[in-house]
Amino acid sequence: MAVVTDEKTQALHDQTLARLQEKFSAGLVSSVCDYDFPVFTVENEIIHDVLAFLKNDADLNYHFLTTLCTVHYPENHGKEFCLVYQLHNMPQNRRIRIKTFIPEQKPEIPTVTDIWETANWMERQEYDFFGVKFTGHPNLVRILNMEDITFFPMRKEFPLEDPTRDDKNDSMFGR
Amino acid sequence: MSEFNDKQEATAEKKEFTTLNLGPTHPATHGIFQNVLQMDGEIIHDAVPTIGYIHRAFEKLAERRPYAQIRPITDRLNYCSSPINNMGWDMTVEKLIKAQIPKRVEYMRIVIMELSRIADHIICNSVIGVDTGALTGFTYIFQWREKIYEIFEDICGARLTTNIGRIGGFERQWTDSTWAKIDSFMKEFPAILKEFEKLLMRNRIFMERTIGAGPVKADRALEYGFTGPNLRAAGIDYDVRVMNPYSSYEDFQFDIPIGKEGDVYDRFMVREEEMWQSLRIIEQALKKIDRKDPVIHADVPEFFLPPKEEVYNNMEALIYHFKIVMGETDVPVGEVYHAVEGGNGELGFYLISDGGRTPYRLHFRRPCFIYYQAYPELIKGSMLSDAILTMSSMNVIAGELDA
Repeated sequence: MAVVTDEKTQALHDQTLARLQEKFSAGLVSSVCDYDFPVFTVENEIIHDVLAFLKNDADLNYHFLTTLCTVHYPENHGKEFCLVYQLHNMPQNRRIRIKTFIPEQKPEIPTVTDIWETANWMERQEYDFFGVKFTGHPNLVRILNMEDITFFPMRKEFPLEDPTRDDKNDSMFGR
Repeated sequence: MSEFNDKQEATAEKKEFTTLNLGPTHPATHGIFQNVLQMDGEIIHDAVPTIGYIHRAFEKLAERRPYAQIRPITDRLNYCSSPINNMGWDMTVEKLIKAQIPKRVEYMRIVIMELSRIADHIICNSVIGVDTGALTGFTYIFQWREKIYEIFEDICGARLTTNIGRIGGFERQWTDSTWAKIDSFMKEFPAILKEFEKLLMRNRIFMERTIGAGPVKADRALEYGFTGPNLRAAGIDYDVRVMNPYSSYEDFQFDIPIGKEGDVYDRFMVREEEMWQSLRIIEQALKKIDRKDPVIHADVPEFFLPPKEEVYNNMEALIYHFKIVMGETDVPVGEVYHAVEGGNGELGFYLISDGGRTPYRLHFRRPCFIYYQAYPELIKGSMLSDAILTMSSMNVIAGELDA
C-alpha cells in the first residue's frame, strides 16, 4: 500500500521513526509513507504514551490534534477498529498519522482528552458512531445522534439504506 | 416586619441559578443551536451545548456514493461558502488519482474560492453588526453577497448549494457575462466594503460591545483545535493556504491578518482584513488568467464527463460517460488527507479508498464542530447578550457543525 512519496515526507518519516523506535521499540508495529503523510501503527496499549510523547517532546512538538477518527474493518479479526490520529506541528509544518487497532469484542482505548481538550467532542463522536469506549473520558455520551438509540450507525454491518426495499435492483451495476 | 427580614436572609443564603434554554430555535442564534444556560442573574454561570439537530449522516452517505456524487453532500457542510467545500473534495480525489491540474483551472478555482470566502465573511461580520443592534450594515452589504451568488449562478446554475466544478476542473467555460459580473464586482465592492467598515470599525457602541467579549487566548485556542479566522484572531498565523498551499496559492502575494486578544472585535477585524486580502488574490488571479484560453479541465477522461455531442457520436466518450455515471471507474487504493482553508478554518477530507466505487471511509474535519466545544468556556462569566455575540463571531454554521 505504500505509495512512492516525496523526499520531504520520507525524511520526516525517517526522523520521527528514529525517535519513536528509541522510545517505544517494542510497541511500534509498522510505518509507511502514504501520499504526503508518514503513517505509524502502534500497539493499542501504548497509544496514550506515544501521543503524549509526540506532543510533549520539544523536538517533535506535535502540539495540534487535527483529526481523530475511527475506521471499521469487519474482516480484520481481532483488530476490527482502527483509530486514526492526525497530528500537526505547526511551527515546522509537519504532519503525521498515528494508527492503532482495537478488537470489536472489547472496543476500549484510553482517552486523550487529558492531552488535548479538543479530543472531547471528537471522541464523543467516535463513541456515538462506532461504539468505541474511551476509558477516562469525562462525559462519554452520544453527541450527534439521539441518546436512546441502541446501535452504532457507522459500523459496516449497519445497512446503508433500508434493506427491505424491493423497488431497486442493483445487481446489474455497481460493485 | 421581622418576617420580611428573615425571608431576605434566607434568599441570600440559598443562591439559586436560573436554567435558561437558549434554543434549539431562537431568532438570535441564526441556526439550530441549543444551549442550556445556568444563569446567575444576567451572568452566565455555565453552559451545555446540545448539537445534532440537523445531523444528516454525511459520512455514512458518502460510503454509498460514487466519488462524483459526494460533491453535493459537501455543499451542505458550510453552506455559506459551498464552493470551497466542493473544490476541497475535488482536490482530495485529484490528489488520490494524482491528476495534473492546468494552472488556468487552478486560478479559476482560486477566484471562486476567494469570492465565496468574501461571501462567508460578509455574512459573519454583518451578523455581528446585527447582534450589536446595527441592522443597516447587514441590509446594505448583503446586496453584494447577492452579486457573488449571481456569479456562482452564472457558472453553475445554483446559488447556495452550488455543486460547482468537477473532478479535474470546471464543467463548462465561463461565459462573457460571468467575466463581466466578476469585473464589475471587483470594481464596485472595495468602496462598499470601505463604507461598511466606516459604519462599524471605529463605532463607539460597536467597539464597547465587542472588545473583550468572548475572548480566547492563543494556547487555549490551539488546545481546543481552533483554526481559521478564530485562531488567527487569537494571534496564531496559521493559514492552510500558506502552510500547505493547494491549487497554486503559492503563486500569489497576500498577507495573513492576525489579532491579539481573540475577542469578538479581533475576530471581526481579522475577517474584515481577510476580505481585503481575498480581493487582492482575485485581482492577481484575474491578471494571470487568459480569458480566451479554452482549457477548463485536466486530462482525466475517467473522471471528467465528456461533452454531450461526443457522447452521442464517439464510442470512447460514450464508454467514459457510462462508467462515470454508473460509478464504475477504478480508483487507486490508498489514504489521503487534504485540507483547504474554509470560511471557518481547516476543512479536511480524510479519504480511505479500497479501490471500490465508493470511499471505504470518508471523514470530514469540520472546523465548526471542533471549535464549538470551546463555546461554554468562552462565555462563562459573561452576559447573555455577549454570548449571542460570541456565537455569531465564531461563525458557527449548523450544517458544518452537525454534518
